[in-house]
Amino acid sequence: MASATRPNQLLRNMSSKIASIPMALTAIVIFVGCTLWTVAYSFTGSRLLPRWRWVGLDQYDRLWDTDRWIISMQNLAIYGFCMMAFSLFLGFLMAALLDQKIRGENVFRTIFLYPYALSFVVTGLTWQWMLNPSFGLQKVVRDWGWESFTFAPLTNPDWAIYGVLMAGLWQGTGLVMVIMLAGLRGIDEDVWKAARVDGIPAWKTYVYIVIPMMRPIFVTAIVLVATAIIKVFDLIVAQTQGGPGLATEVPAKYVYEMMFRNQNLGQGFAASTMMLCFVLIIIVPWSIYEFGGRRNGR
Amino acid sequence: MAEIVLKNVCKRWGSFIGVDDFDLTIADQEFLVLLGPSGCGKTTTMRMIAGLETPTSGDILIDGERVNDLEPKDRDISMVFQSYGLYPNMNVYENIRFPLKVRKVPAAEHDERVKKAAAMVELEPFMHRKPAALSGGQRQRVALARAIVREPNVFLMDEPLSNLDAKLRVSTRAQIKNLSHELKVTTIYVTHDQIEAMTLADRVVVMSKGIVQQVGTPTDIYDNPANTFVASFIGSPAMNLVDGTMSGGTFTCEGMSISGFSAPDGKVTLGFRAEDAQVVDTGGELNARVYSMELLGDATMVTVRCGGALVSVKAGKEYRSNIGDDVSITVPSSICHLFDAESGERLTG
Repeated sequence: MASATRPNQLLRNMSSKIASIPMALTAIVIFVGCTLWTVAYSFTGSRLLPRWRWVGLDQYDRLWDTDRWIISMQNLAIYGFCMMAFSLFLGFLMAALLDQKIRGENVFRTIFLYPYALSFVVTGLTWQWMLNPSFGLQKVVRDWGWESFTFAPLTNPDWAIYGVLMAGLWQGTGLVMVIMLAGLRGIDEDVWKAARVDGIPAWKTYVYIVIPMMRPIFVTAIVLVATAIIKVFDLIVAQTQGGPGLATEVPAKYVYEMMFRNQNLGQGFAASTMMLCFVLIIIVPWSIYEFGGRRNGR
Repeated sequence: MAEIVLKNVCKRWGSFIGVDDFDLTIADQEFLVLLGPSGCGKTTTMRMIAGLETPTSGDILIDGERVNDLEPKDRDISMVFQSYGLYPNMNVYENIRFPLKVRKVPAAEHDERVKKAAAMVELEPFMHRKPAALSGGQRQRVALARAIVREPNVFLMDEPLSNLDAKLRVSTRAQIKNLSHELKVTTIYVTHDQIEAMTLADRVVVMSKGIVQQVGTPTDIYDNPANTFVASFIGSPAMNLVDGTMSGGTFTCEGMSISGFSAPDGKVTLGFRAEDAQVVDTGGELNARVYSMELLGDATMVTVRCGGALVSVKAGKEYRSNIGDDVSITVPSSICHLFDAESGERLTG
């Protein structure tokens, strides 16, 4: 009886299900299929072309013995941590300042968002010039008469990654700001008034009320920034080519060079599989916490 | 315990006048309602009392102390908002408790005071829910509890019932009335709903375009409206207003002639309430065709066209007639209010 009154779940909305089949197939074949293929071939000794010659964990042994890979991971950790912290902090700060009903808000919003419209290559080159000691920022300040001024992070292996970070922040913070501003605008005016009448100082209102209310906005911003961090590649290629030395090497660049320069597909696959593992290590526990817990009525 | 004095308070934005020359003394423990259509300056007035806006000129005194330059938190007021203004990340208990925390009330008192406030608005079963899991009426009660938990001197309520459905509005209205009576706190209540104003207020301030039109008890403004604006804003239905001419103590307009006035000749606007006039078989002052007829349950509303306006009269619940029928209506001069045709101001006492 029940099946007579209620149509089969599988058959409901048939047309939309049929329409989504091509996209679903694309997603499964390309994303899942190719990922699995890459993981499988990372256990082979493939060189120029993929060849099914099983070598076990050899590629991974070699990967973690390579200084260049370890430095790449360290660089990514520094870049990633700073990028996440600063872009969220600065993005929120700028959004909070813009939210004060200031004059010319549209102008500032546009100015802050503009860098995001530039490609990483343009951003990287521009900042390479600006940070170049012989005609960039350092030169300008010295010409003003401040002879001892030194600011050339890209030439110093200890600081080069922070030079890249500056360019990354300049490029990415505007987007975070716009997302945060949209979140701030979504907060009911009455909440602010209530907080004022209650006598809650503005910073406490932000910390205890507004930021917790903006949780979904933060999740969005964090996901976007995190993907940008993991895949950082072109910015580095344009700005420093990974130098000086290995000071700004990153995993994505390692993968690229192993696969297409050094004709060592197996090693490249192993490195990209490692990158996938790190993403999963972060995403899986978080999504269980974020989405799994809610269903249990948290 | 607080008396609030507003001395010639004005608020302007550029050339736009939000509130013009507001002058009023609000007695201690009084329930004052600011009433008017949207954009009349009532909310601005309340926000100036709250300290969320600064007056352009004039003084605001609470208990004799000038508070113009005080922050909202230093005025010992609490406020209830139309869209509640609850903190969505905290549960009901924490929402009510937050003002106490901020004001550094000793933690030992918190629990007792929060529970007492919650009990007054019957919120005990919901203490651990988040605002998102509450209905509109329950949310507004949380806002009320949060306002009373601090035991402030003045309550400000900014259209607290506007987001509630009709049935809930009536019950919450009764709750607010009861609460203000029990707590004996000066209350200022902003609304555009004249029924709320009539039922809640000790005194009503009717405002329009930033200007106070009339201040008085609900009976006062209902029985003796100061001008045509108040007459047409208060009451359901609003007072009938008909333009006509007065000559020799007789008011005439198309379809109506009423004698027995002692007013000077000239153009006037005549007003009377729907429930004061009566439908009769014949011989009334107003004779016209029925324009529409509405059954209200407890009465029948008969509308006719007269002097270019629609005039409503309440007839008995048994009364029936058809659209287009001729009716006669008695409008004795004793129930009529006369207003100046130009300024709209009241002519007779």
